[in-house]
Amino acid sequence: MIATIINRAVMQGIPLLLGSTGEILTEKSGNLNLGIPGIMYVGAISGVSGAFLYEQAVGGQVNPALAILIPFFSCIIGSLLMGLIYCFLTVTLRANQNVTGLALTTFGIGIGKFFGGSLITLTGSDIPSISLSATSKVFKASLPFVKSLGWVGEIFFSYSFLAYLAIIIALAASFVLNKTRIGLHLRAVGENPQTADATGINVSKYKYVFTCIGSAIAGLGGLYYVMDYANGVWSNNAFGDRGWLAIALVIFAIWKPSISILGSILFGGLYVVPIYMSNISVQGVELVKTLPYVVTIIVLIITSIRNKKENQPPASLGLSYFREER
Amino acid sequence: MNNILMKIQNPLFHITKRASIVWWKAWIIRILAVVAALLVSGIVTLALTGLNPLKVYSTMIEGALGTSRRMWMLLQNMAILLCVALAITPAFKMKFWNLGAEGQVLIGGLATEVCMIFLGPNLPTGLLLLVMVIASVAAGAIWAFIPAFFKARWNTNESLFTLMMNYVAMQIVSFFTLLWSVPKGSGTPRMLEFGQLPVIGGQKYLLNVLIVAVLTIGMFIYLKYSKHGYEISVVGESENTAKYIGINVKKVIMRTMLLSGAICGIAGLLLVAGTDHSLKSDTAGGRGFTAIMVSWLAKFDPIFMVLTSFLIVFMEKGASKISEVYRLNASFSDILTGIIIFFIIGCEFFINYTIKFHSKSEEVRK
Repeated sequence: MIATIINRAVMQGIPLLLGSTGEILTEKSGNLNLGIPGIMYVGAISGVSGAFLYEQAVGGQVNPALAILIPFFSCIIGSLLMGLIYCFLTVTLRANQNVTGLALTTFGIGIGKFFGGSLITLTGSDIPSISLSATSKVFKASLPFVKSLGWVGEIFFSYSFLAYLAIIIALAASFVLNKTRIGLHLRAVGENPQTADATGINVSKYKYVFTCIGSAIAGLGGLYYVMDYANGVWSNNAFGDRGWLAIALVIFAIWKPSISILGSILFGGLYVVPIYMSNISVQGVELVKTLPYVVTIIVLIITSIRNKKENQPPASLGLSYFREER
Repeated sequence: MNNILMKIQNPLFHITKRASIVWWKAWIIRILAVVAALLVSGIVTLALTGLNPLKVYSTMIEGALGTSRRMWMLLQNMAILLCVALAITPAFKMKFWNLGAEGQVLIGGLATEVCMIFLGPNLPTGLLLLVMVIASVAAGAIWAFIPAFFKARWNTNESLFTLMMNYVAMQIVSFFTLLWSVPKGSGTPRMLEFGQLPVIGGQKYLLNVLIVAVLTIGMFIYLKYSKHGYEISVVGESENTAKYIGINVKKVIMRTMLLSGAICGIAGLLLVAGTDHSLKSDTAGGRGFTAIMVSWLAKFDPIFMVLTSFLIVFMEKGASKISEVYRLNASFSDILTGIIIFFIIGCEFFINYTIKFHSKSEEVRK
């Protein structure tokens, strides 16, 4: 049973992990992108739309390679566009990041729900709901020998490729941030753009590139949720507050993607554990759900009190950069 | 050879900050932005639905203002949104990013509900209403004070802190909603009979609208003419200047957030006792976030906020009518609202900065 709980916790955690890895890269460039919840919705619905149109076109007889590639790239393109809107407004037009981010969330969730609710009407098809079981089956394919490995297989090898990709992305992000020159420049941009600019780093380019990469990664979180966790069934409110949890996870992981891997499983576990607790009431579950946020607040407070340099948010987080301003 | 002619390659344009801009120029830019936004929204509508945008806009006006009942609904929604926007304005003006209005409203609403359930049957109406006001104001203020305290004392990042507080509040409210729902655990929120705000002039929402109107004028005067308002704008402009001229920045932060939370508490009271007569975790309905845009678009001026809150509620109501008439999802309004906000946020750039174009190369004497 513990193996099952861990398995479910990981599956709950992967969307959060992708969302938070994306947001960490974004925040390291000094952009506080509160549009992440919206971006994850757009990522999910872009993937769903791609898969939906493809499934409709071929009538259920899907080619496995295309069934993965089409939703995957529609998802990335959709979330990249969202990242570009954010960058254009905050970096080029120097708009306030909080307001832009929140507007992007409204916009993105609107897009997600609108297409989720109207895709069938718009394409004039006659099915009752969006259920992409064929595509989802391809997405959920796991290694064939998992069943024979018992609990080891269930905990470590039973996931789909997107889950492993999420962990690889997080590790790669961690490597790039800490071990490469690009990562050093990126952190310089987020900490002190004036200094970075003076040393010849192209501040706007770094902000644009990493915010857009971050958005694409976060968008994949939405795609994973629909295709793997929800078995390809779209329902408008199912994604819930996972986007905000991903932002909470960034703080919990003190801006380190490697810690975020463990944190995501922990946060995912908090979703799952109440289901297996026999003596908890319906309303008790709601209180358990405050835990990730409360823990995040405590981490935020402790890091600000200890005031250690390496555990702080990027110093210029939330501020637009204008070279001629001082 | 002292006079050497050199060719210097210049960038195509460069950007400088405007020292100031005539007010009518700023408004022309804003109006152009709204027009551009409406054009883009029209194109998006046409592309997504194939409907005639003009017809869609007239459906929107019909849906928002068509009947007197719809107008009252619009006024009511405007009043609540404006109330939350008024609440966050002083905090935003001192650059304290209070993203926690959603939670502060909910906690204020929860305090109201507690009074209505447990004191309702035992207290005379007048006293009950008084206790409800005090409880909701206090609850909202305390919820807002927590992040303000840590910001003032240890410089804890307030936008992340207040954001997280929202979801704590939401879960606490859904805990109590389930606990007190009838039948217990069903999730249908309990209807609150005692302590509903009185109906005046035969209009259910008139009292709400009047309270918010008074608050709007009060906030305008507070920000513009009081010493507190002055201190808020100095802290917002530059914390160092504020310290230099002897303003106690920590005190201003905590005091302003207490005020901000208190008004959010009132919004909670108006929602629970004056509108819904029940409480759910989505009672605040995202207004805590929408209000930020209302306040921002109005440049933190309470009087202009009447206009911007009207704009946003009008969009919501109108677009929900579109979705009803053309059988589309109601979230269409969020897309249109998003587009309009992007344009208005973006146009601020052209108000604050100018772009100077150069001829491609210049001859410079050295």
